[in-house]
Amino acid sequence: MRRYILSALVLLTITTMIYSCQSAEQIKQDMYFANGRDLYVKRCQNCHGQKAEGLANLIPPLTDARYLKKNKNKLACIIKNGLNEKIIVNNREFSEKMPAQSDLNDIDIAQIIVYLTNSNGSKQGMYNTEAVTADLKKCK
Amino acid sequence: MRHLPLRILLLFCAVLLVFNSCTKERKLPIYGNRDTKIVKHADGSSSIDTVYQTIPDFTFLNQDSVKINNNTFKNKVYVADFFFTSCPSICPIMHRNLKKVYEDFKGNPEVMFLSHTIDYKYDTPHILKKYAAKLGVDDKKWQFAYGKRNDIYTIAEKSYLVAVQEDSTEKGSYVHQGWLILIDKDRKMRGIYDGTDSKAVEKLGKDIPTLLAEYKK
Ligand code: HEC
Repeated sequence: MRRYILSALVLLTITTMIYSCQSAEQIKQDMYFANGRDLYVKRCQNCHGQKAEGLANLIPPLTDARYLKKNKNKLACIIKNGLNEKIIVNNREFSEKMPAQSDLNDIDIAQIIVYLTNSNGSKQGMYNTEAVTADLKKCK
Repeated sequence: MRHLPLRILLLFCAVLLVFNSCTKERKLPIYGNRDTKIVKHADGSSSIDTVYQTIPDFTFLNQDSVKINNNTFKNKVYVADFFFTSCPSICPIMHRNLKKVYEDFKGNPEVMFLSHTIDYKYDTPHILKKYAAKLGVDDKKWQFAYGKRNDIYTIAEKSYLVAVQEDSTEKGSYVHQGWLILIDKDRKMRGIYDGTDSKAVEKLGKDIPTLLAEYKK
């Protein structure tokens, strides 16, 4: 009997631990998301639009979940250094220039990425500052 | 009893006000500097007339490298603004908002649009052409104007009353205001709207028919 109680207790402790761990992670992600949204409004919305719809064939929308997934490791470089190449987004071609925003810190960029990749049809979860730092080392 | 006349008077005023505001048609204000001039009449008498500021003669090249001037906008009301194609800040918002107005008046030949570039170094007609095409507005209705630095900057500041300047500290190296200016068929300024404010631009969309109605008599 004592064994049962003990193992039940252990099990309970472990599940609570996992559960609270997960929710702490979730809380962090929600915080990143909210800050990322604020940064988006300040730094990106003028070009990419209130609903991330872009502007005609000048500025691409940020609603192409496949593009965002495929290029996840490049997002940090795009945000920090800008972009000036032909790209296909939502099956349309874009080739205007996005300016660099080199004053953004790695944590800002991580927050923006969490926002981008968990809104407008994407649901990719957390992205932390360490990942951004690593991505930025590999920018072309 | 003593107060009755006063009440009647007040009531009378109220009725008058209501009727007045109902019957009087709304007219847009006239903006810009104004002057007075003395008009001599045939019978020898004279009176004083107000002279409103008007848009002076201009000639620019459009996105097709074709000359445009005031005659291009003859018998039209038009919306003018100042921008540049590589603008990182307010221009995308201005043109996103203005494009909605453009769509709303697509079928109305009396309405036109005129965007002047203030980047006289880079925004040559061929760049403007690409921009117009990508914005999806490349037709005669929306003209993009390229001109000499002084011509554009002077007409911006002296005539449309929009501040523009080159600035090496600003990203993209130009600073300018995001006003959209509504010009009537007599070259007068009839509306000034903040192009970055979608509510203000909605008002522009409502004011255009009001302005056109003035000419329907
Ligand atoms: C001055 C306008 C401008 C601003 C500000 C801007 N962008 Fe962009 N963005 C562009 C343009 C133009 C492109 C396409 C560039 C190309 O074709 O090379 C682009 C492309 C992108 C792309 C890749 C294509 C896509 O649609 O997924 C991403 C991601 C992106 N921007 C994110 C951002 C984020 C995040 C911010 C804010 C930190 C931002 N942009 C700010 C103009 C802008």
